[in-house]
Amino acid sequence: MTNRHAISLKVNGTSYSCDVDARMSLADCLREQLDLTGTHLGCEHGVCGACTVIADGAAIRSCLIFAVQAHKMDITTVEGLAEGENLSPLQEAFRDNHALQCGFCTPGMLTTAEAFLGENPTPTRAEVESAISGNICRCTGYVSIVDAIMDAAARRSGGVSI
Amino acid sequence: MKPSKFNYFAADSVDGAIAMMRENGEDARYLAGGQSLVPMMNFRVASPSALIDLNGVSELADIRISPDGGLEIGPMVRTRRLETDPDIEKNNPLLAAAAAHIAHFQIRNRGTLGGSVAHADPAAELPGITLVCEAKIHLRGPAGPRVVPAVDFFQGVFTTAADSSELIEKICFPPWPTQRHWGFKEISRREGDFALVGVAAWFDINDGGAISNCACVAIGAGDTPLRLHRAENTLMGSEPSLGLFKESADTIDADIDPFDDIHASIAYRREVSAVLLKRTLSEAWKRNL
Repeated sequence: MTNRHAISLKVNGTSYSCDVDARMSLADCLREQLDLTGTHLGCEHGVCGACTVIADGAAIRSCLIFAVQAHKMDITTVEGLAEGENLSPLQEAFRDNHALQCGFCTPGMLTTAEAFLGENPTPTRAEVESAISGNICRCTGYVSIVDAIMDAAARRSGGVSI
Repeated sequence: MKPSKFNYFAADSVDGAIAMMRENGEDARYLAGGQSLVPMMNFRVASPSALIDLNGVSELADIRISPDGGLEIGPMVRTRRLETDPDIEKNNPLLAAAAAHIAHFQIRNRGTLGGSVAHADPAAELPGITLVCEAKIHLRGPAGPRVVPAVDFFQGVFTTAADSSELIEKICFPPWPTQRHWGFKEISRREGDFALVGVAAWFDINDGGAISNCACVAIGAGDTPLRLHRAENTLMGSEPSLGLFKESADTIDADIDPFDDIHASIAYRREVSAVLLKRTLSEAWKRNL
C-alpha cells in the first residue's frame, strides 16, 4: 500500500503513532486523529494562516504539508504554548490587549508570533506587521494583535509591559 | 478542499526519485515545498496519481560556491534560506532581496527555489531572478542530465522546457561582481500577494563610467518572465543618469504583454511596469555608489 502510511511524530512534547492516508493534511491529522482541534482550518490553500503550526522550529502552514511528510517531525500547536494551566507570556499579552474577538484566527496568530519572536525577540512594529501579514483576521483586530505581540516581546525580554 | 487520492513515495536520492517517477508514469509529480502544488491539489486543479517527495533528498538542498565564484543552489533550498543565508547575500544580493518579497514567512519556510522555478508562475519572483541572472537550470531525468539556460526554460504560463519525468538537480548562477548595481521592485495589493508586476535589473559600469553589461526583466507582465531587450539596448554604452533610466523605461511597452484580471487592467500593468523599471534602475544606481 502506497496511499496509506504509518507515521510517528512528536506533538507538543508527546510522541504519537498514526496511520494516515497519503492525502491527509497535517492539519487534518492533528484535528481528527490526535484530537488537537486548536489548529483551525480556514481556507485550506495556504492563504489565511489559521492552521499555522511550528514544525522543527519553523512556522508553516499545516494545510500545505501532508501528514505523511511530518513523519519524525517535532510539531508545536497552539495547545503546546501554555504550561499546564498557565498561559504563556504571549497568550497573556493577547488576553490583556484584547487581541481576539471571534478567536478563529488566534491559534495561527499565536503560533506565528511564537516562531517570529523566537527569531526576532526585539521586533519593531513594522516587523510585527510584516510577520502577521500572512494571517487573516476577519474581525479586523490587527492593531490590538500587533499591540499584543509587541507587549509579549517586552514581557519575554523581561521588560515592563505596556 | 481535499486532494484526490494519490500514492506517496519519499525519495532519499536523485536516482531513487527518478526511478520512482519512471515506475509511476506520466501522472506522477515531484513534490518540493508544496506551496503551489498542494493548493492546486486541494482545489483539484491538479490531481497527480503519485507524488515523489523530494524533501528527504539532502543532496538537493546544498548551496555551493563554484570555482568561478558563481552559486550552485540545490532546488530544495528553502526560500527563507535564500533570504537569510550569508553566502547568498554575498554572492547574489539580488536573489536574496527578491526572495524576501515571496509570500509570507510561513510560506518561505517551506517553499523552495526549484519548486518555484519548476512551477513557472509568470508573476513569481524566482523564475524572473534566474532569467535576469542568466542562470542555468540543470535537469536530470531517466534519459540523463541536460542543462537549459533560464531564457529557454520558461515557455509559457506554468510551462517549462522540463518534461514531467525530469527534476531540477541544481540551478547555477554566474559570478556576481561586487561592484554590480542592482535593484528589485514589485507592486502587489497586499504584502505577500503575487506581484501585479515587478522588475529586476542590474548593470555593471566600466572604467569610463559607462554601462558595459546589463539585464532587465519584468515579472507578471506576460506568459513568462520577460527580458526587456529594448531597455537594455538603451542602457548599454551610456553613462547612468535619471534621464537615461527614463528613456530606457519608456521602451518597455514593446517588450511586455501583460494580462487583464480583477486585480489590475492591462493599461495599469503597462504604466506601472515602466515606473517600476525607472525606479529599479535608479535604486540600482544609488546602490554601490
